[in-house]
Order: sequence, then structure tokens, then C-alpha cells
Amino acid sequence: MKVLYFAWLRERIGTGEEEVHPPAGVATVAGLIDWLAGRSPGHARAFENRTVVRCAVNQDFAEPGDAVRPGDEVAFFPPVTGG
Amino acid sequence: MIRVQQADFDVGAEIAALTSGRTRIGGVVTFIGLVRDLAGDAAVGAMTLEHYPGMTERMLEDIEAEANRRWPLDASLIVHRYGTLAPGERIVLVVTASAHRQAAFEAAEFLVDWLKTRAPFWKRESGPDGDRWVEARADDDEAAQRWRK
Repeated sequence: MKVLYFAWLRERIGTGEEEVHPPAGVATVAGLIDWLAGRSPGHARAFENRTVVRCAVNQDFAEPGDAVRPGDEVAFFPPVTGG
Repeated sequence: MIRVQQADFDVGAEIAALTSGRTRIGGVVTFIGLVRDLAGDAAVGAMTLEHYPGMTERMLEDIEAEANRRWPLDASLIVHRYGTLAPGERIVLVVTASAHRQAAFEAAEFLVDWLKTRAPFWKRESGPDGDRWVEARADDDEAAQRWRK
């Protein structure tokens, strides 16, 4: 599974992209966040306030309960501020 | 049509290209977003826009397609820049063209409201006190909300 981070999540984690292999029990966005948050202090800090973290699965906006599968591209980022 | 690019754009040339040969068009509306030199009370020396290549294009195409479903547009264009921009520089261009003005005005407003809350861009401002990520604004969400149906 490819995981991407943008803006301050990328800065806190220290990378914009990583390939991860979560255990089979990790099946949703929320489950993936729980698992990723345990990977390093930077990950923990990036996910410390989940109300300001948005997610996309395969480049579509996703909610905490949405499914994630091996091979997906999952991105985490703050609320968008373009325009 | 949508484009995501680092380079500046020429507003006149974009409008001319979009409307060329389309003589059904009776009205063209443009919105141009610029980098401000002030964020609240803080001076802004530069703004850097980060985006999600791939998803950005996809979302802008979706937003444009939705505008075309809702209004009878003859042409539309979104150009959004990324990278580091100075105050006064252009960030985004939205152009809508229709036989009559009302559709063009409404669709342009819709496109700007929706891209502000759906296109994956993030702004970082640099000032004398350092850098900070711009936070999403509740009134942008409210502006986008009124188009829900």
C-alpha cells in the first residue's frame, strides 16, 4: 500500500511517501491511521488530532469508515486551502 | 478544460483561446485569485502552494463537469498554479462562458467555491515571523455548502 502525506503531515512525518504493509486486520481508513500513528513519534504527532486530518483513497476523498486494501494509494492531508 | 501549472497565465490570451470561434457565447465571466500581502495582521512575503498531483487534476475535472451539468455553459476553464508565488501574483483563473450572463456568473461562483473546498492544494505563507500553513476557513465551507443539492 502506498501512503502519501501532504503539507504539515508530510513535515511531521519527515517523508511525503512511504510503502507500508499493515497487518490483515487493518481494513479501514481509521484502522490504518491507528496503525500508522504507532510507526514513529513523527507519525504520532501527525495524527494526534484526527479531526484536522483528511484522507483520500485512490485519489477520491474518503471517510474514516471507508475500506483500504493492499495496493491502494492512500493520502493524508489537512483540510484543503487552494483557490 | 483544466490546467495545473507552475507558470503564470495570460488572462487575455486564455479568454481569447477559450472563446475563439464559439459565437454562441454572449457572456464571459472571469475570476482571478491573487496572493495578498497580508494574512490577518501578518505580513506575507511569499506563498507556496503544494498540491497532490493526479488527484488535483481529477478533482478539478470533476468540479468542472459538475458545473457543466448544472449550467448551460459553452466553455469553461480552470487554471491553478502551484509553487512559490509573491504578493500580487496570480494563483487561479476561472473562466465561464455562456449564451447568457446568469449561467456564466453562477457557474463561476460555484467553481471557485467548490475548488476552494475540494481541490487538494495547501498554502504556506512566509513572513517576517517565519512560515505557517494556512488553515481552512469555515466561511469557505459555508460558501461551498450552499451549492449542495
